[in-house]
Amino acid sequence: MRAYTPKDDVQAKAYYTDRYYVAPQVPKSEVDTDEVFASDLEAIKAKFEVKEAFIQVEQMVVYINAHDIYGVLELMRDELEYTQLSELSAIDWLAKDNTFEIFYQMLSMKKRKRIRIKYFIQNGQAVDSVEKLFRSADWSEREMYDMFGIEANGHPFMKRILMPYDWQGHPLLKTYPLQGDEFASWYEVDKIYGKEAREEIGPEIRDTARVDRYDSQRFARLGFEVPKGTEITGEEERNVDSYQEEEGVFMIKKLNKETSKIVDDPQR
Amino acid sequence: MAQHKINYTQDGGLPVALTSIDKIVNWGRSNSLWALTYGLACCGIEMMASGASRFDFDRFGTIFRASPRQADVMIVAGTLTKKHAEFIKRLYDQMTEPRWVISMGSCANTGGMFNTYATVQGVDRIIPVDLYLPGCAPRPETLQYGVMLLQKKIRANHASKAQKAKRLM
Repeated sequence: MRAYTPKDDVQAKAYYTDRYYVAPQVPKSEVDTDEVFASDLEAIKAKFEVKEAFIQVEQMVVYINAHDIYGVLELMRDELEYTQLSELSAIDWLAKDNTFEIFYQMLSMKKRKRIRIKYFIQNGQAVDSVEKLFRSADWSEREMYDMFGIEANGHPFMKRILMPYDWQGHPLLKTYPLQGDEFASWYEVDKIYGKEAREEIGPEIRDTARVDRYDSQRFARLGFEVPKGTEITGEEERNVDSYQEEEGVFMIKKLNKETSKIVDDPQR
Repeated sequence: MAQHKINYTQDGGLPVALTSIDKIVNWGRSNSLWALTYGLACCGIEMMASGASRFDFDRFGTIFRASPRQADVMIVAGTLTKKHAEFIKRLYDQMTEPRWVISMGSCANTGGMFNTYATVQGVDRIIPVDLYLPGCAPRPETLQYGVMLLQKKIRANHASKAQKAKRLM
């Protein structure tokens, strides 16, 4: 019987982990320890429901409800001086509880502080676009759609940004293998030559260190080179490399190994 | 001075060199290999260095062209992504025959270290390749040696016959 491999997370993992290994957690601290963050949190709490908030690595992390995101970011931009949205993406928790975690990394140049706004959505649910608030969200939301398949409602141009428009699958999902699925492995062949060319061109060779001794299409055995495509029997003649024409070049005598003296005394 | 004067019309000393069509056509082809600039990644930097004054590709007659219609050899320098694969095929088709392809560097040869879903595992899946240059990235000397090998290959072919068009399939 083959060993069972989980299908909901096919990403590469460390091949060995200790049985009793516990991953170290980044320490969290209370929001009250920082005055700026505490007042920011109060301002958010006054208008919106905050599920959880803490400070981690000198940045405040705030969990909110998914439908509040536009209002929270608008409040932060206009009143709390968090004028930049540096990053926006998702984290795949589908294997755990069928959810995505969406994060918005905010930066205030005046306060010199960073806040991360987070919320969870169910698989298949769309998020509200914040493209009207921050122009940087335009490409970030397109990338999130490209990599995770999470659509943003109200986005002006909800198309893939990195992968080709006719691509199938969302590569950053944990269910997506690193070396691509069936569609990905034949993508360029199908598109350029058509599906009937698959047999002719053959599957991708993923092992780049592979050397086939009997393959004269791709490899040449040094000293036993044969014309490309010749069938190799193992009884090939040895080719002696010669760097000069047979009769020598003008004014230069051709080396003859038999008649020339080889100096092998290192103390000469 | 008068002693060395040659009367070409009388002494059978016409300034004529006899050669075969093969040789002269191949001489012309191999010594004016105009390359299509195809820098896709870091190998492109080495390709540019080969063309610049320090390594000086012009002395081989290799001049980089920005149009496939003026180019004889396509130097694929860098990682070919699957999104870009159709365009390399289109540009290859736009080159006039006879045409040659040099695959420069590990990524173009086999996909290299990019063993991922988005990278074409060797340009020879898309277009026929004449010469593979190993290295990550190959030095400009390697590229120039490769072009010299390609010149040798061109000189070994028959130029007078209609050349068989290379097809991947």
